[in-house]
Amino acid sequence: MAMKMVLRGNMATAYAAKLARVEVIPAYPITPSTLFPEKISEFVANGELKCQFIKCESEHSAMSACIGASATGARVATATSSQGLALMHEVVFIAAGLRLPIVMAIGNRALSAPINIWCDHQDTIAERDSGWLQFYAEKNQETLDLMLMAFKICEDHRVLLPGMVGMDAFVLTHTMECVDIPEQEEVDRFLPPYKPVYKLDVNNPMTFGAFSSPDNYMEFRYAVHMAMESAVKVIDEVFEEFEKKFGRNYQRVVPFMVEDAEVILVTIGSMTGTAREAVRLLRSKGKKVGLLKITTLRPFPKDLLKKYLKDAKVVVVLERNISLGFGGAVYPEIAAVFANAARRPKIYDFIIGLGGRDIVVEDIVKVYEIAMDALKAKKAEMVEWIGVRKDEIEVIK
Amino acid sequence: MNEESLFASGHTACAGCGATIALRLLLAAAGKNTIVCQVTGCMEVVSTGYPNTAWKVPYIHVAFENAAAVASGVDAALKAKGEREGKNIIALGGDGGTYDIGLQALSGMLERGHDVLYVCYDNEAYMNTGIQRSSATPYGASTTTSPPGKFSIGEDTPKKPLAEIVAAHRPSYVATASVGYYQDFQTKVKKALSKKGPSFILVYTPCPTGWRTPSEKTMEIAKLAVDTGYLILWEMENGDRNTLKVTKMPPKPRKPVEEYLKIQGRFRHLMNKPEELKKIQELVDAECKRYGIE
Amino acid sequence: MKITIGATVTEAGSSVRNKTGGWRNMRPVTDLAKCKRCGICIIVCPDAVISMKTREEGPKTDYDYCKGCGICANECPFKAIEMQQEER
Ligand code: SF4
Ligand code: SF4
Repeated sequence: MAMKMVLRGNMATAYAAKLARVEVIPAYPITPSTLFPEKISEFVANGELKCQFIKCESEHSAMSACIGASATGARVATATSSQGLALMHEVVFIAAGLRLPIVMAIGNRALSAPINIWCDHQDTIAERDSGWLQFYAEKNQETLDLMLMAFKICEDHRVLLPGMVGMDAFVLTHTMECVDIPEQEEVDRFLPPYKPVYKLDVNNPMTFGAFSSPDNYMEFRYAVHMAMESAVKVIDEVFEEFEKKFGRNYQRVVPFMVEDAEVILVTIGSMTGTAREAVRLLRSKGKKVGLLKITTLRPFPKDLLKKYLKDAKVVVVLERNISLGFGGAVYPEIAAVFANAARRPKIYDFIIGLGGRDIVVEDIVKVYEIAMDALKAKKAEMVEWIGVRKDEIEVIK
Repeated sequence: MNEESLFASGHTACAGCGATIALRLLLAAAGKNTIVCQVTGCMEVVSTGYPNTAWKVPYIHVAFENAAAVASGVDAALKAKGEREGKNIIALGGDGGTYDIGLQALSGMLERGHDVLYVCYDNEAYMNTGIQRSSATPYGASTTTSPPGKFSIGEDTPKKPLAEIVAAHRPSYVATASVGYYQDFQTKVKKALSKKGPSFILVYTPCPTGWRTPSEKTMEIAKLAVDTGYLILWEMENGDRNTLKVTKMPPKPRKPVEEYLKIQGRFRHLMNKPEELKKIQELVDAECKRYGIE
Repeated sequence: MKITIGATVTEAGSSVRNKTGGWRNMRPVTDLAKCKRCGICIIVCPDAVISMKTREEGPKTDYDYCKGCGICANECPFKAIEMQQEER
C-alpha cells in the first residue's frame, strides 16, 4: 500500500529521487532548496538509497558533475534555486544541447539584487530558452509526482532533454502537506532504468561536446526544438499512464470553470489555489470567470491555451516574474498564440507577488476589476504591477 | 600514419604544437581504458570539429572551467554502476582553464578525493582566444594583453605556483613535467594512475604560435626550460611533503636563463634590457634554491 | 552529414578524414642508412604520422598528414631526417 507522509515540498522531491533510484546526485546547498541535499544525504547515510552523492563546491560544478554522470549513462538529479540556477546558467544550456535527461528540482526564488530568498518565478523563467522541459507544481504532492514523471518523460528516446520541476519557495518547499508516497515496486514498473542512446564507454569510444560550425549548428538547435515538440505527446502519454497507475490526474494546462467563462485567469504554481478561491467568490457574485493553471511551460502548451482561451473575452495573465523593460514573460507567449487569429481575446498582464510578497484573494479580485475596467475602456494592452507603492520610489529627475 | 596513437592524425593543431605531443604521450601512457574530460581550449577545438574527432578513447568536453567537476560526475557514475575498476579518468585543461577559471572546480575535485588524474597542459597564455595573458604567463612575457611598451616590460607579475597550490591539497600524487622530457612525463602519468584518489600533473608544452618560436624547436625549448632551471620537475606522493623530490636535475652548471629566453619572440623585447634579464635570472635562482637545485 | 543526438561523434579517430598534409611547406625526408631505428621521431611527432612496422622497413612518414613542423628532424639523435623545401 502506498504510504502517506506529511512532507515539505523539498523532501517530497527527495523521496521522488529515491523512488526513481537515482544513481548520482551532485548538489550544492542554497535556500530554499537545502532540504533536498539534506534529505538525500540522510537516505544515503541510512542506506535507504544507494547513490553517489557529490558534495560540490558550487552549483556550476554540481550541474557539470550532473552532465559528466549523465553522459556516463547514470540517472541523475539535483536541486537548486535562484542564484544557484543563475550560476548554473552556462551549463544548463549545455546539458540540453548534449541531450542529457537530468532532472532538477527548483525552489522558485527571486533573483538578486536586492537579495531576497522568497518566492517568485524569475529564476526558472530566465532559463526558459535553455532547452529544459519546465514543470511547475501547485502542491507538494505535485512536486513528487512531477519529479517522478519528469524522469520518464526526459529519458524517453523521443525526447532526451533535461527537465526542471519548479515549486514555490517556502510556500511549497517548506510547508508541510500530506503526500502520498507510491510503492517502490509500482514506481519500478512505471519507471524502468535509464537506457542512454550514447554514453562514455571505453568499449565503444565516442566524443561528446564536439565543436560545431555554422555549417551544422542550426541543425543541432533544430534537433533540440524537434525533441521539445515531440515531448508534448510524450508528456500526455506519461500523464495518462501515471493516472492509470497512481490515480492522480495531470494535464499540461489545467482548466477550472472555463466552459462559459468570459474572463480567464492564467496562473503558474502555488498562487493557483488562491486564484481558484477568487474564481469561486466571483462566480458566487455571478461573474463568468474561469482559471487555467500552466503545469508545463516548456514545451509551451499553445494547443491547450488556444483551446481553452479562444472564446474568452479577456485573458488575465498573473505573473511572478518580470522581463524588465517589457512585462511578464508568459504574456507575450499567450499573445502570440492568438497573433494571427481572426477573433481573439483581450490579453492583460499583471505582475504580482515578486520576492515573496503575499498574493491574497482580494488581490486577485482587484486584478479582475482592473481588467474589466480596461475592457470597458477598450484598452489595447496592459501591463500592471499589483500592490507596488510607486510613490515611495526614489526618482532622480 | 601511426595507427597506435590514441590521438589520431588529422587534428588541426598548429604545426609543432607542444600540447598535442603531450596528449599523445599521455594517452600512450594511460592506455585505451581511459575516459577524458576536457575543458574548452585549443586542444578541444583542434580535435573535435564535428563530425570528426581525433580521440580514440571516450571523450567529453563541456565548458571552460569545469573539467574537474565533469570528471567527478563520471567517477561517481562509474562507481554507482560498479564499473569503476580498471578504468582511468583523466581531466584535461590548459593553463587558462586550470590556473584561472577552473581553479575552484579543480580544488573541489581534489578535496572530495575523486579518483581522477587532472593534467594541465601549460603553454602560459590563453592561446585559443589569441594569446592573452593568464596567471600562468611568466614575468616579462609579451602577450596580446601584456604588451611591452613605454610603461610596460610585458607581463608584470610572476607565474602562479599552481602545482604547489595543488600540493597543499595533499593529493595522492602531484608532479610537474615537461613535454621535452617525455619519459619523465610518462613515468609520472603511470605513477599517478596507479594511485587511488586524486592526482595532478602540470605538463609544460611550448606553443610555437603564441611564443613566436620556430615549430621544430618545441621539444628543444621544453628541455631548455628544465636545463636552465626555469621549470623545475618535481613530484610529491601520498600528500606527504617528505616525499617531495626533484626528478630531473639541470646540468651543472645550470644553463643561463637567457639561452631559454632569447629563442622566443615573446621575450625579444627584453634582450636589450640587461637589468630585466638579471631580474629573471634572480627569480629562477631563488626558485631553484627553494628546491635544492644549485 | 548525419546530425547525431547531442552532436555526439560516434566514430573514434575520424579526424583522419582531414588530410592536413596540404599545410606543409617543408618535407621531412628520412635517410634510412643513417637511421638507427631508435623510434624517437615516432614519439615526438605531434601529428602521429610516423610509424615503423619492421626494423627493415624503418620509420615511414605519412605525407597525407605531415604538417612539416620539423620536430622529427630536430630531435633525431642521428641527424637522419632532413627538411627539404616542398615542391608544389
Ligand atoms: S615534420 Fe612534424 S608533422 Fe611531419 S613527420 Fe616530422 S614531426 Fe611529424
Ligand atoms: S629519430 Fe632518427 S634514428 Fe630514430 S627512428 Fe627516427 S629517423 Fe631513425
